Amino acid sequence: MHEWALAEGIIGTAIEYGKENNANEIVKIVIVLGELQDVEQEILEFALTQLKKDTIAKNAELIFEEERAVFRCRNCGYQWNMKQSEKELTEDIREDIHFVPEVVHSFLSCPKCGSRDFEVVKGRGVYIKEMVVR
Amino acid sequence: MDPRVKGIELKLKNVRRIIPIVSGKGGVGKSLISTTLALSLKELGFEVGLLDLDFHGASDHVILNSPISELPDEEKGVIPPVVHGIKFMSIVYYSTDKPTPLRGKEISDALIEILAITRWDQLDFLIIDMPPGLGEQLLDLIRFIPRGEFLIVSTPSPLSVNVVEKLVALLKEGNHRILGIVENMHAGNNLTEEMAERMRIKYLGEIGVCDEIDSLIGEPESIMLSDFGKNLKKVAERIVSGDRPR
Repeated sequence: MHEWALAEGIIGTAIEYGKENNANEIVKIVIVLGELQDVEQEILEFALTQLKKDTIAKNAELIFEEERAVFRCRNCGYQWNMKQSEKELTEDIREDIHFVPEVVHSFLSCPKCGSRDFEVVKGRGVYIKEMVVR
Repeated sequence: MDPRVKGIELKLKNVRRIIPIVSGKGGVGKSLISTTLALSLKELGFEVGLLDLDFHGASDHVILNSPISELPDEEKGVIPPVVHGIKFMSIVYYSTDKPTPLRGKEISDALIEILAITRWDQLDFLIIDMPPGLGEQLLDLIRFIPRGEFLIVSTPSPLSVNVVEKLVALLKEGNHRILGIVENMHAGNNLTEEMAERMRIKYLGEIGVCDEIDSLIGEPESIMLSDFGKNLKKVAERIVSGDRPR
């Protein structure tokens, strides 16, 4: 359950932000889940719910947004998505990427020109998009 | 906001000392020194972790002859497998040792991710094997782990000494802690020692050219018994100074 480690980072960041802004309470945290990392929302939510107890985030509403992964080749400019690379992404490879999304460069290449020099434009991993404190 | 940055701090809070092995120049023996230093500290009775951050040239797993076919266990994070008594983490567990071409931002992201998810728990020492150069890994480490104590490696080659001096200047400029310099492949001149004096950093010792070292790769026990291993152990003892195992 490495989602727990991600949850610790989210709650730690939220509390720190709250303190820096002299907030009494964290009201809402909007968390983006990138398609590439494929983090399980349920597990992450469970961990966040446990970790926020007895903190200024205890009543915080957790909102999750999914972000589709988009790749762009730096060599030829071609843009593609996860579905187009479905065949290459076996279950084992998906698991590797789940832990360290950058290893996608070990397994995928541009469907058009074959270059491995591509960027993950969107949908890489987990980040906090928005937070409301008071 | 990137929640992983806070995660790094949390994951390293029970690590007593963090020692990045740096050089600026490639091919000076950072990986062998990192791995052997970690094993030496373990022999001295300490709890030790080894993190290979040289993503393009990861080789500590080869030196340790560590199997990489299985993913590390996960439990509230990722648990680094214990290899020859040390906790070991490397990108190769996930890249399955395939070529992994990464550019700047991608290197930073992989580094932050690994630091944010790896559960070292209680350690006396975390040794970090760094890539050559003054690029992402060095700058990120300075940024995210400001308490790192840098161990610098050079060879007696004027080419190495020249580059390493610039690294030392950069670290000193930022008031970063430098443990000292280890001279690898020592042969015939005092350029490294003179540079250490000039830059006012500690000269922690020399390791002579070890002809047999390549034939010992993958056999950590034999490396420890070689002249290379014996000299590194002396360096480890100097680094430890007053420290006692937990």
